[in-house]
Amino acid sequence: MKSLILHTATRLMIGVLVLFSLFLFFRGHDEPGGGFIGGLVGAGAFTLYAIAFGSEATRKVLRIHPITLIALGLLSLVVSGLIPMFFAEPFLTGKWLFIEWGAFDTKLSTPLLFDIGVYLCVVGFIVTVIFSLEEEG
Amino acid sequence: MLTVIILIFAVALASPWIYKLFRDKAGWVLSLLPFGSFLYLASWLPHVATGNVVQQSTTWVSMALFEVNLAFYLDGLSLMFGLIITGIGTFIVLYGSGYLGGDTYLPRFYCAILLFMGSMLGVVLADNLVSIFVFWELTSFTSFILIGFTHEQENSRKAALQALLVTGIGGLALLAGLVLMGFASGHWEVSALLNEGDIVRSHPFYLAILILVLAGAFTKSAQFPFSFWLPGAMAAPTPVSAYLHSATMVKAGVYLLARMNPVLGSTEIWLLLVGGIGLLTLLISAWLSLSFTDMKQILAYSTVMALGTMIMLIGIGTELAMKALAVYILSHAMYKGALFMVAGAVDHEAGTRDVLKLGGLRHLMPISFAAAALAAISMAGIPPLYGFIAKELVYEAALEAPLWPILVIALAVIANIAIVAASAIVVIRPFLGARVETPKKAHEAPPSMWIGPISLAVLSLIFGVLPFLVDKSLMVPVASSVYGAPMDFYLSLWHGINLPLMLSVLTLAGGILVYRFWDGVRESVPMKSYQTVFAMGPIRGYDGLVSGLLGLAGWQTRTIQNGLMSNYLVTILVTLLVAVGYTFLTRSGIVWNPGFEGVLIQEWALSIAIITALGIILGFGHSRLTMVIGAGVVGFGLALIYLMHGAADLAMTQVLVETLTVILVVLVLIHVPKLKELRSATSKVRDGVIAVAAGAMMTLLILAVTAVPFDAFISEYYAETSYPLAHGRNIVNVILVDFRALDTMGEVVVVAIAGLAVYALIKMKRFGSAGNTNKDGRNTSGAASQKGKSS
Repeated sequence: MKSLILHTATRLMIGVLVLFSLFLFFRGHDEPGGGFIGGLVGAGAFTLYAIAFGSEATRKVLRIHPITLIALGLLSLVVSGLIPMFFAEPFLTGKWLFIEWGAFDTKLSTPLLFDIGVYLCVVGFIVTVIFSLEEEG
Repeated sequence: MLTVIILIFAVALASPWIYKLFRDKAGWVLSLLPFGSFLYLASWLPHVATGNVVQQSTTWVSMALFEVNLAFYLDGLSLMFGLIITGIGTFIVLYGSGYLGGDTYLPRFYCAILLFMGSMLGVVLADNLVSIFVFWELTSFTSFILIGFTHEQENSRKAALQALLVTGIGGLALLAGLVLMGFASGHWEVSALLNEGDIVRSHPFYLAILILVLAGAFTKSAQFPFSFWLPGAMAAPTPVSAYLHSATMVKAGVYLLARMNPVLGSTEIWLLLVGGIGLLTLLISAWLSLSFTDMKQILAYSTVMALGTMIMLIGIGTELAMKALAVYILSHAMYKGALFMVAGAVDHEAGTRDVLKLGGLRHLMPISFAAAALAAISMAGIPPLYGFIAKELVYEAALEAPLWPILVIALAVIANIAIVAASAIVVIRPFLGARVETPKKAHEAPPSMWIGPISLAVLSLIFGVLPFLVDKSLMVPVASSVYGAPMDFYLSLWHGINLPLMLSVLTLAGGILVYRFWDGVRESVPMKSYQTVFAMGPIRGYDGLVSGLLGLAGWQTRTIQNGLMSNYLVTILVTLLVAVGYTFLTRSGIVWNPGFEGVLIQEWALSIAIITALGIILGFGHSRLTMVIGAGVVGFGLALIYLMHGAADLAMTQVLVETLTVILVVLVLIHVPKLKELRSATSKVRDGVIAVAAGAMMTLLILAVTAVPFDAFISEYYAETSYPLAHGRNIVNVILVDFRALDTMGEVVVVAIAGLAVYALIKMKRFGSAGNTNKDGRNTSGAASQKGKSS
């Protein structure tokens, strides 16, 4: 779509939107948000870009083929499920790793990896559909 | 025993590399595996001969409802089958290396045949009902691969599919039967079931169990009218036919019934069904074997006859019948394995298996001739071969059948006359007489291909002359385990001049007579129509069933899934109305308690907005864009309701999904033609009625559901444990990624697959014809755009 306002706004917005989606994603464990919502916002960012500049340009920005995103997402899900099995616990049991840095304590966990998988699948799914429909015309 | 089976599977999977390592010698190397297993099993002989059993068990699945153990049970019956499987298997691996020498797929043959061997060994050694079934299905599956070995040929593929469907449906019946048996008796181990026969036989499920188990056994062991798949399976390479379709897999049904005889047997219905079907099969197929000229077809029908004999003996169920069964199984495995391998050798060396095009091969293939002659004499039941003892015993058992012994013995003699003639045909026609020009210049087969047949044939002779070698050590334990009580007997070649001997003489004379006039008999009109009815008839029936089923599936797809979104909605909503509505009205009844008093002013406003938007869609929905906007308003309204009730996550998701949906639909709308009203007035009314009814039912359902006091147990549990257990304060997200992660995983997989499907369907349309040519001429790309619309 050729519109100066849309182009300029999109250029400014996309970074903010992606950051916002990551923000929603990471706060999700304690506050409203999470992989699904974050993924939808992320997908919205790329959808906006695709509307403004077309899917060809969006592919370049995204760099990764959206179906690869879906595949990576599924891989994260499966891996997060398999990790506890190496500790002789059932599939998908949450395993946690607490790192104390002093000021910022970090929690790494298999549910986090699982949520990353959800995020990637959602982004991959919507972007796949948008690209397919957009390129169809 | 578990180790042996795992080892066989492991070597099977490694066989392509073993083949690369040893090339032409791979057959000799790989045959060490079945041979070693044979020796291992044989080492139990002294133990089992004294009436002991061996039991080994490893827990596999442990659940509250039941346990599946990888339990193994070695008694006379399973030991004999195990020895046959590994013993003949040794020769088959060797034979295959010669028969398929130079074939690109030889490594695949090794792999599949060893996988089959492991599965078959599992069937006969397993003690647990569930593991028996798993191994049973594995044999069906591996035999599918083996029958379709020459997969470039259409008839191989067809035969493989036919065998898989017939044995597969039987397998499902068997599963149901075994499960019922397990629940009826409370035992999942065969060894325990053997002592609980009375409980199973007097259980109300007995008839159902019996019919289901018989369906499994009869399809596997090719009993009439399911016998057609076995001759069809002769499309397989000969090593496969010799192994699966004479010595092992087809006997799985026999094994199962023999194993279950102490549990299910000795009732009147068992006698009638098992004995009757066996008798029918042996009579029909014995004479069918004479209507063919292909050596493998003749042998295939004589195998069906032998299977019928075994099934009949199990049905008769007397001590004598069990004795006959034990001897008959062993003798049949030896002579039929040998004859099949010789038939393959003749085909391999002379280029044809048609007995009319063969003759005088005795000088060119002396060792194969010797093996064939000995095996055929055994099959015809002529002394001093082991087959003679077997046939005498079958006659003895038939004479003392508990029901209509005269009829049974008469039919058995008539059938055996045909088998004598068939034995003569497969050895005299190709090997004796004048030399006939063959497509290939015949010479003796390589050692790998004659060592098996000659060994088996010589064993038939040794066991015939010296029957005491195997009677106490193997035959007595086998007969005892089938009978379900200890038995004792000895075998001898000479029983004095008695009725069975006279009948044998009669059979022999009749057989020779039939052989003399075989050419005339084969070409006669009654024989041709006999073949049409009993050989082709069941195949026609099968083909009719399969094409009928495909037709039904096609019709149902065209009717229910015709690509019209409105039709899908009608189907879904009507099903919902009927199924839920019926349950709702009969179980709960209508509860009218709307409770308007607690509703806040903003909630009223929202509800009115949502309903207005719906009104716009319904009333003014002449352009798709209006509809999309209307649907968007409904969605955002719902999001607000979520927000008012504190479900922030839900509200955010709803808003985002609504936004993206509008974008997606608009992208689709670009490609969709202008909305036209195609429905007639009557179908509009019909749709309206369905819509109103569905909406009313959902409303009433919600009212009824909310009238029930809410049990907060689960939500309280999540609220309390979310932070301590899962380190998260957002309960919704913790439920999604931790507590109920498996559900989420399933949903995400659905999303992923939907994405792939949309991608594939849209791309398919773009690349034109590839997607447009499915079988019933329907346009798949049309379905793609429909799918697009529905999103």
